[in-house]
Amino acid sequence: MTAIFKREFKSYFTSPIGYAILVASLLVFGIMFSSMYAAGSAEIAGIFSNIFTVIAFMVVIIPILTMRLLSEEKRLKTDQALLTAPVGVSAIVLGKFFAAFLMFAVSVSITLIFQIIVSCYVSADWMVYLNCLIGMLLFGGALIAIGLFISSLTESPMVAVICSFAVSLALLMLDFAGYLINNSLVTKLIGWISFSGRYNAFTSGVFDYSNAVFFLSVTAVFLFFAVRVLESKRWA
Amino acid sequence: MIEVQNLSKRYGSHLAVDNVSFQVKDGEILGFLGPNGAGKSTTMNILTGYLSATAGSVNIDGYDILDNPGEAKRRIGYLPEQPPLYLDMTVKEYLSFIFELKKVRLPKGPHLQEICRLVKIEDVYNRLIKNLSKGYRQRVGVAQALVGNPDVLILDEPSVGLDPKQIIEIRSLIKHLGRSHTVILSSHILSEIQAVCDRIIIINQGVMIADDTPDGLARKLAPESILTIRVQGPKADVQRLLAGIPGVQKVTYNGPREGSASEFTLEPQRGADVRRVLFERLADRHWPLLMLQPSEANLEQVFLRLTDASVDSQALARRLREAANTEEAPGEQPDGAAADAAADPQAAQEEGK
Repeated sequence: MTAIFKREFKSYFTSPIGYAILVASLLVFGIMFSSMYAAGSAEIAGIFSNIFTVIAFMVVIIPILTMRLLSEEKRLKTDQALLTAPVGVSAIVLGKFFAAFLMFAVSVSITLIFQIIVSCYVSADWMVYLNCLIGMLLFGGALIAIGLFISSLTESPMVAVICSFAVSLALLMLDFAGYLINNSLVTKLIGWISFSGRYNAFTSGVFDYSNAVFFLSVTAVFLFFAVRVLESKRWA
Repeated sequence: MIEVQNLSKRYGSHLAVDNVSFQVKDGEILGFLGPNGAGKSTTMNILTGYLSATAGSVNIDGYDILDNPGEAKRRIGYLPEQPPLYLDMTVKEYLSFIFELKKVRLPKGPHLQEICRLVKIEDVYNRLIKNLSKGYRQRVGVAQALVGNPDVLILDEPSVGLDPKQIIEIRSLIKHLGRSHTVILSSHILSEIQAVCDRIIIINQGVMIADDTPDGLARKLAPESILTIRVQGPKADVQRLLAGIPGVQKVTYNGPREGSASEFTLEPQRGADVRRVLFERLADRHWPLLMLQPSEANLEQVFLRLTDASVDSQALARRLREAANTEEAPGEQPDGAAADAAADPQAAQEEGK
């Protein structure tokens, strides 16, 4: 697993993708922080809860992070090296997941700089910040798992990125659909699935175990699906 | 030691590999011969655990590839048809990735250096794989199969894309490796298999149609030793003389050569050697023999006949098996039946219907 993890993480930096993502994250957070500063606020949670941040990371950056993970292996037939090596399929999937997750975590951790700057001048609320960060990582982890699963279904990174993009966008817009439908059962169901609803609980400073478990379960389920897809290929 | 039993692989309604069984002993070089699409790659993919068989079992050194994949795969080095190379890595990075991936417990630096020396890729060690030529990529592919010094090497068309000099090099490399490894290699080029392998399995349409040593195959399956001769003399008289030689089955006139000489093709009866009588009779008449050439590529013709698309492989395989059985039984016709089956695919096909 570590060999795959290391190779995958390094490969983000042998192409411009890794650098582009870091630059984009700096840009997004920088603009957010500047506008927060201009408004005279010290609430770093505002950066996390901003819909623009959520879209930038969940809809744009994560699909780009996950698109190549398994699809390119299939396209270049390098999966033959992985699958005939004495490693389990789950180790392959986990190695890839953690590489993408670390990349995501690094770009989200850029906010730490702003939090430290804020805490130099006023007493910053570290608990709220930690809550936001954990929420972001859990939310991102779930979407990375979904992206990884989508990447396992196709041989084309382009198809993978577009599908992941569509799925992430649909998940975010689910909330809006909830407002349109006047059915208490549907509204309740949507509220239960809603990724952004659960994420917003984190950004408002509430740590609810059920939300954490929800995101972790989604992650586990989609990683499991990805493993199954890779294994089922052997029987095709 | 590799044991394959009743292996079958079905893709939908298409049977890619049909009930293939064989054993490979330690230190043996086994060649898989067959035209493109015969099921060679599929079989190799199953042996290495990349694909699963629809039926049958594969056993590597006592470890089943399905029940104990970790141990079995640890013993295999695999070069797939398309080398599994990460183009964005250098050769060095790639080989050390493979080294870690296979969890090899040898000293890393010396081991990788040794492999690079063997397959002659030291001079591209620090270059990006993306910038390498096809021949070098193929050799990096062989290198990755050698990482960890596995007992069994499975090489799918190892010489594809190499130039003639590299092909000779890789053949001698495989022979060298065969001393300390069990090797299975596939090819659709007969001469390659003949040059390297101790044993040949011919596979066509997913069916194993022959399993023998190169010599054994040539002896059992080759058609009669056909001679091409060039004689200076009156064409009609020479032809009459040739047809009169005992043991000559058929004489074909190929046309005039070298001015006044004529060329003929002689098909002697099985086992008959007509060269001496031929010489004596021509000498009696003072018709100089300008050329006498035994027909080359006997095995090549056999291979082409065996793998002819119009041949029903199932029937042919059955026919050959029966022939092999009768051959083993004492007193039965020695080696005629197998040869008949090979030389007459049409008959085999009709029998199959």
